[in-house]
Amino acid sequence: MFNTASTTPEKLLQMLAALLLFAAVLGVILFFAGRLGGRRGDKWVGYLYLLPVVLMLLVGLVYPGLRTIYESFFDAAGKAFVGVDNYKTIFTSEDQLVVLRNTVFWVVLTPFLATGIGLVYAILVDKSRFESFAKALIFLPMSISFVAASVIWKFMYEYRPDQANVQQIGLINQIIVWLGGKPVQLLIESPLNTFLLIIVMIWIQAGFAMTVLSAAIKAIPDDIVEAARLDGVNAWSMFRKITVPSVRPTIVVVLTTIGIGTLKVFDIVRTMTGGNFKTSVVANEFYSQTFRADNQGLGAALAVLLFILVIPVVAYNIRQVRQSEAR
Amino acid sequence: MFGQPTSPRFRAVLAGTLSAGVVFGMAACGDSKGSDSGSTDAAKSSIDCAPYTKFGDLKGKTVSVYTGIVTPEDTPQINSYKPFEQCTGVTVKYEGDKSFETQILVRAKAGNPPDIGIVPQPGLLKQLVATGKAVAAPPETEANVDKFWSKDWKTYGTVDGKFYAAPLGANVKSLVWYSPSEFKDSGYTVPTTLDELKTLSDKMVADKKKPWCAGINSGDATGWPVTDWMEDFMLRLYGPDVYDKWVNHQIPFNGPEATAALDAVGAYLKNPAYVNGGLGDVKSIASTTFQDGGLPILDGTCEMHRQASFYAANWPQGTKVAEDGDVFAFYLPGKDTSAKPVLGGGEFILAFADRPEVKAFQTYLSSDTWANIKAKLSSGWVSANKGLDPNNLTNPIDQLSAKILLDPASQFRFDGSDQMPAAVGSDSFWKQSTAWITGQDTKTTVDNIEKSWPK
Repeated sequence: MFNTASTTPEKLLQMLAALLLFAAVLGVILFFAGRLGGRRGDKWVGYLYLLPVVLMLLVGLVYPGLRTIYESFFDAAGKAFVGVDNYKTIFTSEDQLVVLRNTVFWVVLTPFLATGIGLVYAILVDKSRFESFAKALIFLPMSISFVAASVIWKFMYEYRPDQANVQQIGLINQIIVWLGGKPVQLLIESPLNTFLLIIVMIWIQAGFAMTVLSAAIKAIPDDIVEAARLDGVNAWSMFRKITVPSVRPTIVVVLTTIGIGTLKVFDIVRTMTGGNFKTSVVANEFYSQTFRADNQGLGAALAVLLFILVIPVVAYNIRQVRQSEAR
Repeated sequence: MFGQPTSPRFRAVLAGTLSAGVVFGMAACGDSKGSDSGSTDAAKSSIDCAPYTKFGDLKGKTVSVYTGIVTPEDTPQINSYKPFEQCTGVTVKYEGDKSFETQILVRAKAGNPPDIGIVPQPGLLKQLVATGKAVAAPPETEANVDKFWSKDWKTYGTVDGKFYAAPLGANVKSLVWYSPSEFKDSGYTVPTTLDELKTLSDKMVADKKKPWCAGINSGDATGWPVTDWMEDFMLRLYGPDVYDKWVNHQIPFNGPEATAALDAVGAYLKNPAYVNGGLGDVKSIASTTFQDGGLPILDGTCEMHRQASFYAANWPQGTKVAEDGDVFAFYLPGKDTSAKPVLGGGEFILAFADRPEVKAFQTYLSSDTWANIKAKLSSGWVSANKGLDPNNLTNPIDQLSAKILLDPASQFRFDGSDQMPAAVGSDSFWKQSTAWITGQDTKTTVDNIEKSWPK
């Protein structure tokens, strides 16, 4: 239906039709909801309103999810049942083990470093004269898309050979040259390259961590801070015994949120190295196996693995959000 | 979020507004680029509709074309359809997409294929036919192909004995770019055998020059130029028959032939004395984009760059690509002068519908009429269509390519990695070649590729 319209009036007409369809569905629901009156009816009205959402989730999330799990037990063409072979490949093949290793690097380093930097930065600029300016500076990367950020950093790491009449165009290599070193092919040396990619993610996410944590720090009741001051604590104790415990639930939420984002990281790897030079991660490998190597079984298995890895983090994240809201 | 109590009516309006956004977004996704009828052709009145009468009146009919040919090459492509559109009354809807190669599979599997897809690889063609959505070429198209193309070209468009796709464009990969003036000044001559190529390279080294430059970085397709090198050497060292066996996996990827071929490439690409002119050491081949790989020739820091005819588009504006210009290419010689193996690539027209207008368009694209129209419109394009008059080609490199392609002595072979299964041809072959450039030894490389071949 959506492919038939090519001219603008046709498209507008199509949109109108879709809107009418939507209104009709809504009308039917409201009609039935209206007929269910009384106290007992309220519950049913609630269910009725939930119905469209549940249906959409079933079609758009649950079915594809189950289908992916099902496909992960099949071969490359999705025809022959192979049992857990695809999962075996993930945990035994040399290439895939590098992918898993990189994913571990990403997930362990990014959330903690980004949150740590964000927290320290939030405390340092808190109530300072340039607070809003300083915050804007670190928050800006957050507004840049992952792909754009990767392109920027690709230039940072760019390499030009060590030859007469050849100038470095990458900042990092230029600094190395100024310091008397020889330019390095930063994105090719493994495992250094993975850490260099992680820096990009931290650069993006630290601003997010800083903003959320700064708000939490401002919400610490003044009487607690004053009481601590009267007791004569030094800056370190204030940080360790007052600030961190007070914002602990927020720290956990920030950590887990960044953790989930990191598990799914794809854009940065794809843009900067294309997963070459041993920098691939699960999400990127899932894409290249499914769409490039035409190995749907392995692709699906990688997607399932990613799903399994994300679930505990998401569950923990939701619990923490609830707890901090309950306060 | 909103203060209680909220009236149900307000909530309904709110929900409606939100969903309208979603629906609107979906409608926008169905966008496709129609052939730009706005730019009018100056030659409109001079079109001779005689060759088109056989297609009949197709007024009001539409054919959708989906392709990876995007700007700037799409303009001559779209314009070459114009005479057909004007004479038959059909509308061709052209949709160019950089990620054509993945999206076409998705669309075919989802039951939403275009009428015609321009498929650049025989391997992908097989995959598409395997989806069951493609339709065989009509007899008229097949007759054109029998008439205008050599047998091997027809084979590439044939799957399981059934002819599906007529060839469209072609390119020659067995080319080495060089600077004619630099060759003249230094007294170098274009080599005619592989041994001469080696001698020439050594001579350049003796003259304190880096003979070769290369770049294989190409996003997630990084590594493909190495596969072309290896295919060229496989073809030269062992001939077309062994090459075909290797491509079809009748001999193993880690057999003695393939190992020797990759080692022969290594004698150039992994030889620190030979590479990487103007770009760094051996490893810099991996970080240099394929677009930048040959540019040092212009700076005089590199002498030779092996890359396909389409590399002509990569030279900066104002570079004269001609035998008496800034850069030109010579044919990568065979083992001796008697054999003329040519490695190349091309696109194929695969139909997913058998409506009369689609069949007519397929037949038009496989004709000599179209090939000659396209030749006049574009630069950096050739076809192996025997009906193509090389004089219609506008630039010297295209004329050279056409000469090589149409030479009866040439033994043309299609790019091997494009014919191998995707798990090899567009995955492990690329990845392992990249690892090979950055230090992995030849044996591990061919062993790993052999291991990845689907059973």
